[in-house]
Amino acid sequence: MTLVYVEHQDGRPDDASLQAIALAREIAGGAPLHALLAGPGAEHAAAGLGAHGVATAHIAEHEALATHAPVALARCIGELIDRLSPAAVAAAGSERGNEVLAHAAALGDLPLAANCIAAEAGDPLTVTRIRWGGSLLEDARLHGPVKLLTVAPHTVEAAEVGGGSADVERFTPSLGEADLVVRVVETVQQSSEGGVNLADARFVVSCGRGAGSPEGFAPAEELAALLGGAVGCSRAVTIAGWRSHTDQVGQTGTKIAPEVYLACGISGATQHMAGCKGAKRIIAVNIDPEAPIIANADYAVIGDLHEVIPAITAELRKAGAG
Amino acid sequence: MNILVCAKRVPMTGGTIVLTEDEQSIQTRHLGFTISPHEECGVEEAVRLIEANGGESVVLALGPSEAEEQLRDAMALGIDRAILLETADEFDGQATAAAIVAAIEAERAAGVEFDLIFFGNESADSGNYQVGIRVAHALGRPCVTGVKGIAVQDGRARCEQETASGRDVYDVPLPAVVTVKEGLNLPRYPSVPGRLRAKRKPLATSAAAGRDPGVEKLRLRLPPGQGKQAEILGHGPEAAPAVVEVLRRAGLMA
Amino acid sequence: MSDLPTSARAVVIGAGIVGNSISYHLSELGWRDLVLLDKGPFPNPGGSTGHASNFIFPVDHSKEMTALTLDSMRQYQDLDVFTESGGIEVARTEERMQELHRRMSSAHAWGIDRVSIVTPAEIKEMVPFIDETILLGGFSSPGVGVVDSLRAGTIMRERAIAAGALTISANTEVLGIDVERGGVRRVRTTRGDIETEVVVVACGVWSPAIAQMAGALIPLTPAVHQMIDIGPVPRFASSTRHIEYPIVRDMDTFMYERQDGIGLEVGSYAHRPILHDPEEIPSIEQAALSPTELPFTQADFDKQMEDALELMPEIVGDESVGVKYAINGLLSLTPDGMPLLGETHEVRGLWSCAAVWVKEGPGIAKAVAEWMTHGESEIDLHSSDIARFWDHQKTRAHVRARTSEGFNKTYGIIHPSEQWASNRDVRLPPFHARQQQLDAVFFEAAGWERPHWYESNAPLLEEYADRITPREAEWDARWWSPIINAEHLAMRDRAGMVDLSAFTIFDIAGPGALEAVQGVAVRQMDVPVGRVVYTPVLTPGGGFKADLTIMRLDDELFRVVTGGAHGPADRKWFGDRLPQDGTAQIADLTSAWTTLGLWGPRARDILRSVTRDDVSHEGFRFGSCRTIEVDTLRVLASRISYVGDLGWELYVPIEQGQKLWDVIAEAGRPHGIAPVGIGVYGTTGRLEKCYRAYGFELESEYNVCEAGMAGPKVKDEDFVGKQAHLRHRDEQPAAIMCTLTVDDHTSASGVKRYMLGREPIQTRDGQPLTDSRGRRSYVTSAGAGPSVGKHLLMAYLPPEQAQVGTELAVEYLNERYPVTVAVAGSTPIFDPENERIRS
Repeated sequence: MTLVYVEHQDGRPDDASLQAIALAREIAGGAPLHALLAGPGAEHAAAGLGAHGVATAHIAEHEALATHAPVALARCIGELIDRLSPAAVAAAGSERGNEVLAHAAALGDLPLAANCIAAEAGDPLTVTRIRWGGSLLEDARLHGPVKLLTVAPHTVEAAEVGGGSADVERFTPSLGEADLVVRVVETVQQSSEGGVNLADARFVVSCGRGAGSPEGFAPAEELAALLGGAVGCSRAVTIAGWRSHTDQVGQTGTKIAPEVYLACGISGATQHMAGCKGAKRIIAVNIDPEAPIIANADYAVIGDLHEVIPAITAELRKAGAG
Repeated sequence: MNILVCAKRVPMTGGTIVLTEDEQSIQTRHLGFTISPHEECGVEEAVRLIEANGGESVVLALGPSEAEEQLRDAMALGIDRAILLETADEFDGQATAAAIVAAIEAERAAGVEFDLIFFGNESADSGNYQVGIRVAHALGRPCVTGVKGIAVQDGRARCEQETASGRDVYDVPLPAVVTVKEGLNLPRYPSVPGRLRAKRKPLATSAAAGRDPGVEKLRLRLPPGQGKQAEILGHGPEAAPAVVEVLRRAGLMA
Repeated sequence: MSDLPTSARAVVIGAGIVGNSISYHLSELGWRDLVLLDKGPFPNPGGSTGHASNFIFPVDHSKEMTALTLDSMRQYQDLDVFTESGGIEVARTEERMQELHRRMSSAHAWGIDRVSIVTPAEIKEMVPFIDETILLGGFSSPGVGVVDSLRAGTIMRERAIAAGALTISANTEVLGIDVERGGVRRVRTTRGDIETEVVVVACGVWSPAIAQMAGALIPLTPAVHQMIDIGPVPRFASSTRHIEYPIVRDMDTFMYERQDGIGLEVGSYAHRPILHDPEEIPSIEQAALSPTELPFTQADFDKQMEDALELMPEIVGDESVGVKYAINGLLSLTPDGMPLLGETHEVRGLWSCAAVWVKEGPGIAKAVAEWMTHGESEIDLHSSDIARFWDHQKTRAHVRARTSEGFNKTYGIIHPSEQWASNRDVRLPPFHARQQQLDAVFFEAAGWERPHWYESNAPLLEEYADRITPREAEWDARWWSPIINAEHLAMRDRAGMVDLSAFTIFDIAGPGALEAVQGVAVRQMDVPVGRVVYTPVLTPGGGFKADLTIMRLDDELFRVVTGGAHGPADRKWFGDRLPQDGTAQIADLTSAWTTLGLWGPRARDILRSVTRDDVSHEGFRFGSCRTIEVDTLRVLASRISYVGDLGWELYVPIEQGQKLWDVIAEAGRPHGIAPVGIGVYGTTGRLEKCYRAYGFELESEYNVCEAGMAGPKVKDEDFVGKQAHLRHRDEQPAAIMCTLTVDDHTSASGVKRYMLGREPIQTRDGQPLTDSRGRRSYVTSAGAGPSVGKHLLMAYLPPEQAQVGTELAVEYLNERYPVTVAVAGSTPIFDPENERIRS
């Protein structure tokens, strides 16, 4: 059998977890698929998993699991490994999915392949995983008595495969004090006053070093505001101290997935492209028609961002936007 | 207090990645190297904490002998000394963690206890997301990951993670392991005196012991679908109507 | 961006400062249908211009380089992209102070008067953040400034476009240059082919790779120049301009420091030479910054940081000032440090405009555009002519060896006679083994090893002790020996034998040979077979292109003999002007024939003892040549002289050279013959006879009349430069070549000093002499005249001063020494009636 750790929110499994299930199903190759859920709303979230091919959903019940507690979650996985002897354990390659599986790997001294996008059943398991935020792929063999892997988000299609609802099995993990040292003790809600969250924005306008100065972002701000979008920037800009790191699109910044990404004066280094792969359409504005970003964009405008951005704003105004 | 920062030497890639012929690594002939971005913030944070609290900061790298360059970079920023675990091979997460644990235990045997050990949340190149956590377990210490804010007080570290809706806060006792993310701080540039001091700071090199990889790299390859050529909407401001048309088709102007 | 034309008058490859600038200058000179390509984007395609430091120090010891730099500065000023900042070269050592004094002299020689030697306190006043206590002084050049080279390129490119002369194409990579029948035919690019007969390679560090596509060699190497930018500097925080403080060149550490906005840029030529291969430069996509901004290698810069810290502790030592940018920038280096200009000799129509830095870019572009248009440029470019290199000097290994050696000399103290240490012993004359036995001290010329003097002649010093003055100052005596003067006197008294293997020798043969040489040489070439003619060769404007001898060996066979260094350029000059119908051919025999000079009052006695041929004065007249038998050898003997004594140049096939040496040495022994080095042939013997030398007295900027070399009449046949020459004969010369003697050698500190050449000639009270064409008077050649007992200087003087007896001064190392005009014109100072030659 194969076990998947499923993250969920508001009673629904996360997309990334459903994608992980899809890959796990391939690894299982017909063997039963089990899921592990924990925390508030787990039962609700488990309800729909049968459609994704999950035979049994294990729900860990423990008051300490009310907030995120990665070591405790890893203990739950460990218990299931001991009890069910799965051939593989998968999770989403989300921040927390990676974290929890890394703890599980450490507890069991097992190898872990993070951010896989494909796997071929077998022992060892042959996987393809991403490096450099997706700019590079690695084919690897995953060894160990239990194969631990996470699945890079948005690289595998989630699919409903029919089937009924999953059996639900509750269990209470035995957690020691040490397992609960690391847990969320407080959650601060950020009021997103006026501004739109970069990660969720449907329209993002980014500028690179070509903006020239912090003030050079004003036209981008104006354009983004007009369509209810957000402003991003390249790593060079945050390093220069022109904008806060929260605005940085990239491998080590925010990963965005807007309908349209307008990248202005950004050359398209791999570090940046890793952050905007999720965009549906990329429009590059660059003075250099050979800039690497052009080879990764859907549309391009050859020109100076200082002239092009205001022209777009003016054109939008003419079209009655804002 | 004493702080250890584990930092990785990675190439500074440009617009395209070129692989070596044996497909085992990136062609780095034309590339410079740097400390992986998250870890740069770890270095900066360690320097600030030691500046504020006193004690010693140590930077550790596992990698080729050339990684001395990155260790000196870190010392130029204010780290006091460096440890290089030398290997020509690329270690997987387990092997890396084991080698680092051995080095930390050697430090402990020499009387040095680290109150905080910083890692990057994941390295820029291999992105294994696990070394810090493995080290924490081996040492029996708590580990908070993905940290973008940290405050140390009364033997505890209050760590903040960024989430979609705000921040999650952890509060762990020291000694602890913390994996950090870029944005934790804005790292300083090295000063010239800092650079010169770094030359003279101690750097201890030892061979890193490897083990059979649990994740065995077969080959690297570039993802398919590279090099699609963009449709040129126009040159300069005249392209604005065409851009607006794309925005309209994307449903952004509803 | 326009579509690429399918044909063009000329294609310029490379849109850095050079390519943009030459496109503009060609358009100004009337060229149309020009295309400018670059594989990168405009305005910064990623070459060396994009990361240049962009500052200009005008003073150089090279007259040519200074002229090109000054012209560039004028152009930058006209384009309004020049900011004057001033600059100071500082000295930490006594040796450097002397060098700075020498720079004063060079500045004055080339017409730059706004310079001065400043004290440490004065430096501190101008650069308050400097630690003046470690300095001995400085050379202040208020005219130094900073330019915006990218902007300059853009303006010039746009002007050429506006003139309707130029089409540009960015992101266009050259795939090949097709050559047909020795000439450029087309350029193939990623955006299509362009038919053209003229290509300008202005590709900086990529130039060798581009030229190679056509089969031509451009001998340069990309090399690393390290620089860092530190900031923000608190003192500069309120700066309103990009640069408000003078640029400091810390000469002894081979570094510079300049303000750049709120930052300080520190650059170095002190690190180990880091050379790259042109093929190894990363592509735009692969490069993290730009292809010519490579990753910084910190270890190479550690020492430089310490030096910078020592000089500018306030800024460099400030803990809050960070290293924000650090690169290993690529720039172009050549084997001798000068640019590579002109049509390549391998491919007609393929012009090199490479190894050019920002400071001289527009000036060079203008000069090369003139050259392409008129066949010559206003500024003489002979030191930059790519034709100065022989094939073996274009090999990758030679380029690497010399650039490795030369890199750290960028800010070095280079003696005018300084010799290269690397890659020697490439061209060895057949006499070499004998010369080694005689402890010859070898200087290099065009790759040849030539004895400059022979240590074995040291005993002559005793013989001539009362006539030889040793040089007291180390600088004056460096690369020099009193033995040279002793050899000179021995030759004048008895005889000397001189290795002349470095001569460039080429034959022009065929039915059209007479027409070919007649059209180039100023003198009448339709002379009887067996005559030797010494003749100037002129540019179209009537300046000197060469001076050389031509032997008429047969009705349809002429042998041209010229110097080693300029030989390839001269050969190309003749080769380019052969009859179109192919009736004359040129053949280089440099490596087939060797030459031994035999001169002195005993020369005839010596020769007579080994030949049965008639070598009497009447039987073998001056200015004639013929083959004679010398011992067992057949020798082409030519009775001319460059040292002013009776004698012959003896030519034999190169493998018989050693035999000839042995025969002459043996025959000469009873007559007291001495082997004599080039120190005599090129300097002392020549100067006493007031013979002019190409590259010294003779340059395209001076004409035959000024040089005092006009013949009594001008031949009827046409030749290059004839119209101009006729005009010059009708004019008053603006300057006249003179020989001066030094009256008093004593410096202020009581040491006798000896000028080495290139010093300014002034009035006794220090006023510069400028002729009516704006040219300064300076020493073209300097050296001892052992037979006349004087130190001799040659210089062009305005007519008012060009009078025997005029009292003037020479400025040497920033001190003035009294001199007197000994000869105005070409009358020799030694043996004015030329009795010795014609005896």
